[in-house]
Amino acid sequence: MAKNDLQGALDLLILKTLSQLDSMHGYGIMMHIRRVTDELLIVEEGSLYPALHRMEQNGWVRATWAITDYGRKAKWYALTRAGREQLASREKNWAQVVKGVDAVLRLA
Amino acid sequence: MALFRRILSLRRRARMEQEIDAELREHMAMCIDDNMAQGMSREEAERDARRRFGSPTAMRERVSAEDAALGIDSLLQDMRGALRVFVKSPGFSLVVVATLALGIGANTAIFELLDAVRLRALPIEKPGELAELRIVGGNRGFGVTDNFFTDFTVPMWQEVKEHHDPFSGIFAWRTSDVQVGAPNQLHRVNGLEVSGDFFSVLGVTPVQGRLIEPQDEASCQITRVVASYSFWKSQMGGEPITANTTIVAEGKSVQVLGVTPPSFFGMIVGDRFDLAYPTCTPPHPRGEAFVYSVMGRLKPGWTLRQASEYFNALSPGLFAKTAPDGYSSQAIKTYKAFRLGAYPAGAGVSYLRDQYNSSLETLLAITGLVLLIACANLANLMLARASGKQREVAIRMALGASRGRLLRQILLEGALLAACGALLGAALAQPLSRALVNSLDTSQNTIHLTIVADWRVLLFAAAAATATCVVFATLPALRSTNAEPLTSLKSGERGVVGNRERFSVQRAMVITQIAVSMVLLVGALLFVRSYRNLLTLNPGMRESGITVGYLGFPSANVKPENLASFKRQLVDDVRAIPGIENAAGTTNVPLSGSTWGHEVEIGSLNGPSRFTYVSPSFFATLGIPLLEGRNFTDHDTNDNPLVLIVNQAFIRRYVGARSPLGVQVHVRPEPNYPARTYEIIGVVPDTKYSDLREDRQIQAYVPIAQLPVTAQQPWMAMLIASRDPAAAQLAVRHTLDGKYPGIEMQFFDFQQGILDHLVGARMMARLSGFFGVLAALLVVVGLHGVLSYFLAQRRSEIGIRMALGASRGRVVAAMLRNACAMLVAGLVAGTVLALFAGREASTLLFGLKPWDPVTLAGSAVLLALVTIVASLVPSLRAANVNPIDSLRAE
Repeated sequence: MAKNDLQGALDLLILKTLSQLDSMHGYGIMMHIRRVTDELLIVEEGSLYPALHRMEQNGWVRATWAITDYGRKAKWYALTRAGREQLASREKNWAQVVKGVDAVLRLA
Repeated sequence: MALFRRILSLRRRARMEQEIDAELREHMAMCIDDNMAQGMSREEAERDARRRFGSPTAMRERVSAEDAALGIDSLLQDMRGALRVFVKSPGFSLVVVATLALGIGANTAIFELLDAVRLRALPIEKPGELAELRIVGGNRGFGVTDNFFTDFTVPMWQEVKEHHDPFSGIFAWRTSDVQVGAPNQLHRVNGLEVSGDFFSVLGVTPVQGRLIEPQDEASCQITRVVASYSFWKSQMGGEPITANTTIVAEGKSVQVLGVTPPSFFGMIVGDRFDLAYPTCTPPHPRGEAFVYSVMGRLKPGWTLRQASEYFNALSPGLFAKTAPDGYSSQAIKTYKAFRLGAYPAGAGVSYLRDQYNSSLETLLAITGLVLLIACANLANLMLARASGKQREVAIRMALGASRGRLLRQILLEGALLAACGALLGAALAQPLSRALVNSLDTSQNTIHLTIVADWRVLLFAAAAATATCVVFATLPALRSTNAEPLTSLKSGERGVVGNRERFSVQRAMVITQIAVSMVLLVGALLFVRSYRNLLTLNPGMRESGITVGYLGFPSANVKPENLASFKRQLVDDVRAIPGIENAAGTTNVPLSGSTWGHEVEIGSLNGPSRFTYVSPSFFATLGIPLLEGRNFTDHDTNDNPLVLIVNQAFIRRYVGARSPLGVQVHVRPEPNYPARTYEIIGVVPDTKYSDLREDRQIQAYVPIAQLPVTAQQPWMAMLIASRDPAAAQLAVRHTLDGKYPGIEMQFFDFQQGILDHLVGARMMARLSGFFGVLAALLVVVGLHGVLSYFLAQRRSEIGIRMALGASRGRVVAAMLRNACAMLVAGLVAGTVLALFAGREASTLLFGLKPWDPVTLAGSAVLLALVTIVASLVPSLRAANVNPIDSLRAE
């Protein structure tokens, strides 16, 4: 059975973003998701930072302090190996959820 | 890994929160930057960013809350919560910790002693390889045996020294006193006679000089010694050992070769050697004297069983070759049937082990039971507290707290208490253990035992604490979280006891307590009464005002044939001293633990009898009446007919109903004791012989002047009766010193010597008595607690009953009935348990059986009294419940 919930979706979004951007700070991740989904999905700070913190504690992402293009200090996040493995399993998981939800919608 | 990081991050909590703050601040700043880039004014940009972001503090808490959900942080929180609870109720915590500390401390102390006496290995190289050779089943009283550990005669040792394939090295040793110091300040120290390979096989290395080596085994005079570390430090000032270092031992100057390390105390656990000296091969080794203990180090690849098989196969040849002369063919047959076996010796040998093993095990069981009672008490306390928090727990569960979380919190409280108790207990254990060892010291013998908390002891304390925690915390925790929140909320603090089952657990626990206390009280009474029996036992002879003197006169150089008259002269000299009531010489001091015997033949009957060679004044000195016939006189010497006085047990066994006087008694030959025929001339009543505990012994007395000349030794034990033993001792010392210069004298009090043999019984009586009282006290506390709780639960019920017309008497009766039901159940269970437990302790008892009805009844009455006292206060309080008050509280 596919195990997922909204939080799982958020984790997936963050992990995928980081795998595409190599390394990014929180604000950048937020803006990236917003941009690529055409403002369809807006990740709130109140969800993003707790999620990033948890991922860092779990060792899925690694964080370093660095200067942004605009001269601000920021905490940059990058995927670790464990993070990449998480991403792979979550992508598979998500595909199953979508398939399941689709099936229910078609029947209804 | 992740868990580890989380734990680490807990320690950097403050820094992490700063970091989160910084990250969020930067986030705001970037947001403002973007807004301004889109054309907002700075003020507008900041307002928009703050609106979207919300409160920074709330945000930071949301981020760090991620950790709290991970569990460890909440554990700390629970811990803080538990500590806060303890601080809020210091009385409760103090009682719990003190009870546990006492319980765990007592257990650990006894275990520490067991560990030191039985489990700990000798401080030598690879102690597991050390094996001891013994005659399987002992030497069955054949010949003369030095002590419990000596199973080898000199010829046996010489044989086995040449044939020991399973051993890479082999050695013999024995203990023997050595006299050190100049003639005017002689004192005895503990000597250790060792064969040349002793130290090298054990792997003991010197801290000074060298140790004894095979080439030192030459002279039968002590010429070279090795000092123990403590002797070197205390008697020789710890001066460096050189080739010229000497001390005076056995009246001569001897060379000190070296010093052993501080940890090496010899082979006997509980004893400590002072000087070690080499063995020698005497020109005429005695084949009937068992003097050595023999040990070896197993070769790699040999097991104890294989070694035993080897020595078993070697035995027939060895015993055939070493059989001593001068014995009857029957005795020699016994000797030749002996077989050797190999036994583990890595923990050394010990008198304490043999003497106190079962005592210590019984004590460990007793303290374990006390700890169990303490746990039951604590469980009840915790249960009562948990019930008090019922409403809180119900609300928390209704709000969604998980059962596991609540369980953890209660268990954590228990674990914290147990840990505190265990720590204190472990600290208490060492002094307790020392005190216990000191209580076993006697006037003549000090026990040297290193008591250390090694890993075994720590493990034991930890295990005790864990078990304790599990017992007293799990049940309350499970119970309180098992409750249905709704029912708890509804019944809450109302007066109806919704769930009878909950209460029955507490009842069961009180019943257990009563049962276990019954066992402990029965044990205590048994041990105390058995000690009293020993103390008040009439040994059949005078005990008080008797001084025992050991007199040695080898320096007087008396010829063997003149020793008899020399001894008579000594006794006469002492009897002539004013203030001395009487005095007598003997070869064996009664009740001192030593024995001497011969095989006798009377007509067709034959068998063993104890033999003591005494002065004519012996019976008068000890107040033993002569029942029949005549006493010895000074004319009963080897030149006149040989005569015998026997006790009633002797008559019953060998003479029967006929008149004993004139009966001929043949004594079978033994080395130095030729075959002889005595005539019975008198009868004395049965008296205790070597030990108070033993049954009547078959005894015979011979005049000391009729000791075979070959068996005469230049020493004698003297029993001196006087009204003032201290003064008498001084006078005797003064008189004999003046008349016989160079005579050696050692005195001790006869009665004190007898008491010294009872220290084990005294320890059991004292400790079991103490623990019995402690158990009873714990029962009082437990019962009082449960009944008070019961009362609190039913306060309004009682109020209603009283409002409806129940009399105070009925209320009190109901409460007492409750207590009595528990008491009866506990007593029945306790009696059954006590009967079972008593069987194990029966060997430690004297003069009563483990199922002694008086003791059982006494314990039951005591416990009943205790129970009634404990339940009276809550019962009376129940009667004072004001119906109006309790109804108003509804």
